[in-house]
Amino acid sequence: MTLHSAETDDLRDLYRELILDHARSPRHFGRLDSATHTAQGINPLCGDKLSLYLRVDDERRISASSFEGSGCAISVASASLLTDTITGLSVDKAEAVFDAVTKRLTQGGAGNLTPIEEDLESPFSKLAALDGVREFPSRVKCATLAWHALHSALSYGTTPATTE
Amino acid sequence: MTQPQRKRSVLAADWRKDFPVLQQSVDGQPLVYLDTAASAQQPATVIETVARYHREDHANVHRGIHTLSHRATDAYEGARDKIREFINAANRTEIVLTSGTTESINLVAQSFCRPRIGPGDKILITHLEHHSNIVPWQLVSEQTGADLVVAPIDDRGQLELESLYALMTNDVFMLAIGHVSNALGTINPVKDIVARARRQGIPVLIDGAQGVPHMRIDVQNLDCDFYAFSGHKMFGPTGTGVLYGRESLLEEMPPYQGGGDMILEVSFDGTIYNDLPYKFEAGTPNISGVIGLGAAIDYLQSIGMQNIADYERELHDYMVSQLGEVDGIRFIGTATDKASVQSFLLDDIHSHDLGTILDHQGVAIRTGHHCAMPVMTRFGISGTSRASLALYNNSDDVDRLIDALFKAKQVFK
Ligand SMILES: Cc1ncc(COP(=O)(O)O)c(C=O)c1O
Repeated sequence: MTLHSAETDDLRDLYRELILDHARSPRHFGRLDSATHTAQGINPLCGDKLSLYLRVDDERRISASSFEGSGCAISVASASLLTDTITGLSVDKAEAVFDAVTKRLTQGGAGNLTPIEEDLESPFSKLAALDGVREFPSRVKCATLAWHALHSALSYGTTPATTE
Repeated sequence: MTQPQRKRSVLAADWRKDFPVLQQSVDGQPLVYLDTAASAQQPATVIETVARYHREDHANVHRGIHTLSHRATDAYEGARDKIREFINAANRTEIVLTSGTTESINLVAQSFCRPRIGPGDKILITHLEHHSNIVPWQLVSEQTGADLVVAPIDDRGQLELESLYALMTNDVFMLAIGHVSNALGTINPVKDIVARARRQGIPVLIDGAQGVPHMRIDVQNLDCDFYAFSGHKMFGPTGTGVLYGRESLLEEMPPYQGGGDMILEVSFDGTIYNDLPYKFEAGTPNISGVIGLGAAIDYLQSIGMQNIADYERELHDYMVSQLGEVDGIRFIGTATDKASVQSFLLDDIHSHDLGTILDHQGVAIRTGHHCAMPVMTRFGISGTSRASLALYNNSDDVDRLIDALFKAKQVFK
């Protein structure tokens, strides 16, 4: 069986190698005992739940992050990419990335992509791997789940976030 | 990866052509609808009956002297008669029209149980239940101080009958049990269970949301006290449902909601409630929906419930045998007696991902916890993929499902 139809191309775009890789071997997986900020992300559609842990130091820099929980490939990969990206960033910068990522993923239409960073150089370029969800409206919430948890952890310290 | 051999003679029935919604493509492929357990599609006769009512007959029921109101009332009450006959209730006063199974169960919890129970009483349910046969009992337990007790299931998703019977102690006020599990397809031996409960003097409510669409229901033969079901699971409109209740019990129960239609006389000194079943039907009902439900019953009876059950069984056996040959399939729910519903996992692919990939090939299945989180917890999983079959499905649909699963395996290989 070969995969060549237009539909399958969309699927390939959703489940890119990088996504599958992060879904299979999520980075920074597990509890962070020294966390100063935590939040839960709950997707009411599927009941998936993940917890995000952040350690914010005195300079308001995210010195460590991790997550745990179970979810679909998209939500786990997105959480894994998130922890990969934000570790080392200042809180303000992380909030800016949250804004950029959620805007980029929730703006339908392939045309006007909101850049994640001015130049899509690493470490942010790999977040573009999530772009495939833009063609799958029912899956956008999976991709943004961890990001909403990030936002609520940074805003409130410890509260559950949902994608609603 | 080798795909299972297909059935050489196609298993198909003519009924599919009765369903307009199935004549379309999704993502460039003819729609394969395998989500009837969530909601069944409507045959053209139901759609047209509802449309004709709106075009020609609409008025409020039970309150007008004019022609349209008569017509609407006749059609609405005619549907009640069809429902009575369909489930073989003794009397039309026992057919309370509701918005669905959920409302029917809440009505019993609040109107039958709440006034009569308190601390020390128990309500018995099972581990197989849909949330709508759990949460109403939790609410009434919290309100009254009664305890909610849960009978266990085994690894195949069947009730452990001996444990259930052992839990039927004298302090159990009520047993609420599903006829057919929506998540696993298990058919419970409700007739035996009701007989046992009645010997103990325990009233029984059966959640029949998934029972009515698949088999002939005879509430007198079952001898249950309440039987709840939804119109949209049996090819009728959403927002319609039925509570069958034994007349002697309904008589004693206070109204569930107050409003128009459920009264005979209102003054500020007091109100005289209407007779059964109107006592439980406050406000303007879903007139067109109920009339549509009547048309759905006509449709089912024109085919015959036994014919439907026989066809579904054959198709289900085919689906299970084909699925069983897919590498990496794990069945959740393997009861001996099952309706045409199969839950499964494929490799370690999350059901949400599988649902997306199948949808992309025009195959609609349900994924997730199926409003039965305790069942998922029992199996140590967060959700499953579920394919459910109806009279409009055929063996091509099953083959398309299998093809789509192979595509999913490729994406995730
Ligand atoms: C077994 C069972 N009970 C109850 C319900 C609730 O039905 P409704 O949402 O129509 O009230 C469902 C529907 O999913 C069901 O499958």
